[in-house]
Amino acid sequence: MAAASTSSKTTGGLDVAFILKKSVISALVALVLFSLMIGIRTEAGSDGQLTYWTRFGDLAAMVATVFGGSILIELLRHWWGPVETVRVVPPSASKALSLAGRALVPVLLIFAFLVPVIFYNERYILDLGILVLTYVMLGWGLNIVVGLAGLLDLGYVAFYAVGAYSYALLATTFGLSFWICLPLAGILAAFFGILLGFPVLRLRGDYLAIVTLAFGEIIRLVLLNWQSLTGGPNGISGIPRPTMFGIPLTPGDDGLAALLHIEFSPTHRIVFLFYLILVLALITNWATIRLRRLPIGRAWEALREDEVACRALGINTTTTKLTAFAIGAMFGGFAGAFFATRQGFISPESFTFHESALVLAIVVLGGMGSQLGVALAAVALIGGFELFRGLEQFRMLVFGMAMVLLMIWRPRGLIGHRAPTVYLERNQAISSDLVKEGHG
Amino acid sequence: MDYFAQQLINGLVLGSIYGLIAIGYTMVYGIVGMINFAHGDIFMIGGFIALITFLILVSIGLTAVPLILLLVLLVAMAVTSLYGWTIERIAYRPLRHSFRLAPMLSAIGMSFVLTNFSQVAQGARVKPVPPIITGGYTLHEGVDGFSIRVSNIQIIVVITTVVLLALFTYLVARTRLGRDMRACEQDQKMASLLGVDVDRTISFTFVIGAALAAVAGMMYLLYYGLVDFFMGFVAGIKAFTAAVLGGIGSLPGAMLGGLLIGLIETLWSAYFSTEYKDVAAFSILIVVLIFMPTGLLGRPEVEKV
Repeated sequence: MAAASTSSKTTGGLDVAFILKKSVISALVALVLFSLMIGIRTEAGSDGQLTYWTRFGDLAAMVATVFGGSILIELLRHWWGPVETVRVVPPSASKALSLAGRALVPVLLIFAFLVPVIFYNERYILDLGILVLTYVMLGWGLNIVVGLAGLLDLGYVAFYAVGAYSYALLATTFGLSFWICLPLAGILAAFFGILLGFPVLRLRGDYLAIVTLAFGEIIRLVLLNWQSLTGGPNGISGIPRPTMFGIPLTPGDDGLAALLHIEFSPTHRIVFLFYLILVLALITNWATIRLRRLPIGRAWEALREDEVACRALGINTTTTKLTAFAIGAMFGGFAGAFFATRQGFISPESFTFHESALVLAIVVLGGMGSQLGVALAAVALIGGFELFRGLEQFRMLVFGMAMVLLMIWRPRGLIGHRAPTVYLERNQAISSDLVKEGHG
Repeated sequence: MDYFAQQLINGLVLGSIYGLIAIGYTMVYGIVGMINFAHGDIFMIGGFIALITFLILVSIGLTAVPLILLLVLLVAMAVTSLYGWTIERIAYRPLRHSFRLAPMLSAIGMSFVLTNFSQVAQGARVKPVPPIITGGYTLHEGVDGFSIRVSNIQIIVVITTVVLLALFTYLVARTRLGRDMRACEQDQKMASLLGVDVDRTISFTFVIGAALAAVAGMMYLLYYGLVDFFMGFVAGIKAFTAAVLGGIGSLPGAMLGGLLIGLIETLWSAYFSTEYKDVAAFSILIVVLIFMPTGLLGRPEVEKV
């Protein structure tokens, strides 16, 4: 890469020999990498005997793709210049962009509220909207722990699971309504957040990451194996649907449709769920913004920036970490309760490490600490993931590649700037390059 | 007593496999300071490469078992280390000076890529192989019909691990490359000022880590007689747990942690319940870290103010 940029600078033209050499090397590497994995396909027969057959056509196609792709990347690189190049944006355009940026939040909010009106008859879009909003809420919840307090949490899905199972168990065993269970699920998840918080109080950085990962796995394994309580791998089914403050959304005589004297439609429930998660997500967002301005929120950010200085200033790091875990976990618990009521069925399969990684990817990709960024990243990742629904087999492959490429392209996330928590006289955007991370 | 001794042997064998994977984690962490989340999947790829090589060698009519094993070992190590090298080049090198979470997420993305790549390429079903190495020795004939046995494959796993560890320790302590590695671990910037090729050393670290993971994958294949596309995840977090338990960045720590995790898991399954063996391993990790926040053999972190 360094050679490419210097040669293009000195000669100004295309260094064809260099590009060809590089592409040939890439193709050779690809040939060795894929020769066994792609070139030969193994399958266990019915008698347990392994058989194999060759797929040299596929292998040749892949090597050719790598060769062509490598040439294409080199050409793009040549056109774009060295990586550090910053293209100057004309002032008029940047002014228009910043104006558009300011209008983005209200426009998005209004659009979100109007989605059920616009797409009333399109069940698929409403379902997708609910899914995206669930991840927006999870992202905002984890943002408190990772983005604000700088505590790297790889087991966030554990709290989501606690919330979901709390609601499912309380609702199916005691018949409590969604509106009583929702705060209970949040409180239980917060309690688990504190439970996790205690052992990690003394840990830093990556030790913290592995303990949270282990905690997430412990919760999942307990849910999987405690058959008598959780139903094990079969999960819990028949979880009651939410009611609109006691009025069920059913076709019966006491249902909402009958009370309002309108024709019953199953879409009512979907629309209700959509607004429910939208409101829950907005509460998370509102609480985060409010908390950031309170002493505790400022303590979180101080902790993220420098734990030693934070202690020197007399901030109690124990309570600071515990509150971050507890509050982040609480919102995860709310989202979990919502997930349970939406699905009507939950099993440990929904709470794997993959989910934690997905939510963390949303937070980091969005730009740590940026509320708008997290929302946009959730739309991009979950929506993008849905685009590949038809390619079921390749979906996760593409998702993983997208994660790698997005990180290389924008390591600081989509929204690289964020508003300061407190400011003197003038509100000036802070570049996310200045934000530290995950050493708490 | 016999039962306990037998479980110790089994635990030691499992622990050797974990230890081999854990070394890759600990080396990369020591030098680059990142968790290579894709390392477990490199172990899985190593298992697959070993399986496919084995199939080809058998089908072309090779019968000498030691020759087959040696060839499989060499091919698995060579191809898998190329995977390690490529992954470092594609996903980690561009992010080396980026902020700390970025390479970690890129590693998680890479892990998804590898898992699903092998699922797409080789199918989702478990791939069994017939036992290649059979037989063993009875160490102690028990009175109640339970005797301590050690199978040939167990001996091979442990011997291979010990030999590789000795080779590897020699490499780190005595060779030029090992010295470069230690220099980079101390201070990358200073090392590069003094003429150490940091990029090459880091690539080399990934290559060595992947080669050891490939050996672990092959040993897993021989010991359990199967591979599947998802085995990298669980083995990976176990091995990473082992590396953290031993004190991440410390090579003897990684081996010790691997052995401990292997023993804990085996003894727990033998005396309590198989379902909760992973819970036990992770709980012990958490407990150890509460009392020794840098692991068993880790150096205490110095806080620079």
